[in-house]
Amino acid sequence: MALFSLTTFVIFHFGLHRTSLSGDLAAGVLWVTLLFAAMLGVNRLFVAEHEQGGFDAFLLAPVDRSALLVAKAAALFAYLVIVELVAVPAFFLLLAGPSPGQALPDLLWILLLADLGVAVVGTLTSALAIQTRARDLIGPLTALPLLIPVVIAGARATEPLLGANGAGAVPLKWAAILGLYDVVFALLSYAVFDFLLED
Amino acid sequence: MAAPGTEAAGRPIAAGDARREPDPAVELDGLGRAYGERVVLRDVTLALEPGRTLLVLGPNGAGKSTLLRILATLLRPHAGRARVLAHELPREGWAVRGRIGLLAHEPLLYRDLSGRENLRYQARLFGAPEARVGELVERVGMARRADEPVRTLSRGMVQRLAICRTVLHRPELLLLDEPLANLDPAAAELVEPLIGRTAGATRLLTSHDPAGALARRSRSRPWRCSA
Amino acid sequence: MYGKGLRPLSLASAATLTAAFALVFFYAPNDADQGFVQKIFYVHVPMAIVALGGFVAAGLMAIAHLRSGDRRWDVRSYVAIHLSLILAIGVLVTGAIWAKASWGHWWVWDEPTLVSFLIIFLLYATYQPLRFSIENPERQARYASVFAITAGAFVPLNFIAVRLAQAYTHPRVLSTTGGNLPGSMRLTFLVALAGMALLYVTLWKYEMASKHASAQLRALRRKLAGEEPPLPAGRSAAPSLAAPAQPVP
Repeated sequence: MALFSLTTFVIFHFGLHRTSLSGDLAAGVLWVTLLFAAMLGVNRLFVAEHEQGGFDAFLLAPVDRSALLVAKAAALFAYLVIVELVAVPAFFLLLAGPSPGQALPDLLWILLLADLGVAVVGTLTSALAIQTRARDLIGPLTALPLLIPVVIAGARATEPLLGANGAGAVPLKWAAILGLYDVVFALLSYAVFDFLLED
Repeated sequence: MAAPGTEAAGRPIAAGDARREPDPAVELDGLGRAYGERVVLRDVTLALEPGRTLLVLGPNGAGKSTLLRILATLLRPHAGRARVLAHELPREGWAVRGRIGLLAHEPLLYRDLSGRENLRYQARLFGAPEARVGELVERVGMARRADEPVRTLSRGMVQRLAICRTVLHRPELLLLDEPLANLDPAAAELVEPLIGRTAGATRLLTSHDPAGALARRSRSRPWRCSA
Repeated sequence: MYGKGLRPLSLASAATLTAAFALVFFYAPNDADQGFVQKIFYVHVPMAIVALGGFVAAGLMAIAHLRSGDRRWDVRSYVAIHLSLILAIGVLVTGAIWAKASWGHWWVWDEPTLVSFLIIFLLYATYQPLRFSIENPERQARYASVFAITAGAFVPLNFIAVRLAQAYTHPRVLSTTGGNLPGSMRLTFLVALAGMALLYVTLWKYEMASKHASAQLRALRRKLAGEEPPLPAGRSAAPSLAAPAQPVP
């Protein structure tokens, strides 16, 4: 998947015909790449359970069913962090012009905040799609519109960090929206997830 | 032994309560279940006392597995009552979940993990001691192959691991869907103390093969169903 | 039971809509900046508000379904989303016409309401495929409800995010609070809104009544045919009102 993001950066390089990006274009390329890399993880998230009986095995156990939501969201979160560990340095190396030094700390916490939302929504939509016959299609078709606010907020928040003349301040408004999004969907997923497991 | 509340099914009858029969381990009253408009179970009524074995016979598609899945809290009944280990299903499913062992058609094991990994994961879910994993693997004669991915094992071997999974937490009620499928006589011998009549649990078995299965029953009961 | 009150409701919505159109053409003044084309506003905005209200209401109905386990709530939620989707297409089309007439482009990205609407439309467009690709009707109902709840909660959140993301560079008839509308325009707008809402409720009831009637028809057929339940022809994304087959003694 990290390889996927590298390939995507190369494709953006040729598609946009630019050797270096900055500002909103840079933020856009970064977020779109991460979002589509996340979709790969979302599509695979419950495949083992679905095909190998893991859902039933889990449902038979005397544990709270939300544990599966938390575990899977944590797995997706970890996956996203690992992808970013490769993708973000590669992004600065290949596409972003100025050195990332001062932008990095701010970029990191915004990425983590966004990862949280992607992990929760991705887990929910993945569980929703896994029982359908067209899961490879239904999953992303549901997840992508739901994640548009994350892309909006994430791209707007990191746009000043990737400025051509060095990093600006993070607009806190956007970070707040990311946080609100995370909280709303975490609560929502917690409330409805059980209904995706029952039969 | 970690399963909570083990006293309910095997409870000795209290002195002042001597006339009372022990609660049935399984009690069904007019149970029905449909998939969409296709009725699979209709008006199933039965009671099974603790420690007894009930054999459910029927052709493929008769609804045997559906019945077991309802009892295992995996499916909701659509009509009638179901009481398992003195708890109403599906409302109190949480209370019986750790006390039931379901051996289903599917082994319910991750194919990419080894048998031992699968069982250790299950042991943690059920709160069973991990030492039990090694012991069980030894008893079903799988110690040598237990570290290989499940997908590389033969079906009989997978079935033995699935039996280990079923009895990992020493369930009081065993729901066994064709338990000896794919097992050779020697392997059937090995798993007998775990899921056989001597295992000490209440058992509900299904089979499509009356001749072989009747040899192992302690009671059988006809019931109507529609496929 | 869904047919009750359908006739007065139909008459009321027809009357209100006629009144609204009369007001739009003969009473409301032409907009100073945009001229006659601004009148599409009286179709576009009520339609958008009603569609969004329908989406949120469908989410609430889905909550009722999951809480009560009563499949009828799922059918209600389905019908609400179904109608809202149709209205949403209308909103996008009228929005595009309005944009073309007043700004010269069929689509403008800095009109936050329209963009939000597109996102929400794209999301809800998955609702029917999702239903269609789940064969077990109960699971279909439950999953559809989870979808409806999630999407219903997403509607306001999405509006906040998109609205904040855009600068208001274009003239707007209705400010975000809707406060500064001249009296005659506001009256016309309110009547149009009421007409659209009535139309929505009427159509909703019509579809429910039709589903109820076909369910009854199916039940009667089943009685006539005896035990064997006639299976619905083919798979469908649309839920039916028939209760799960009851065990017959």
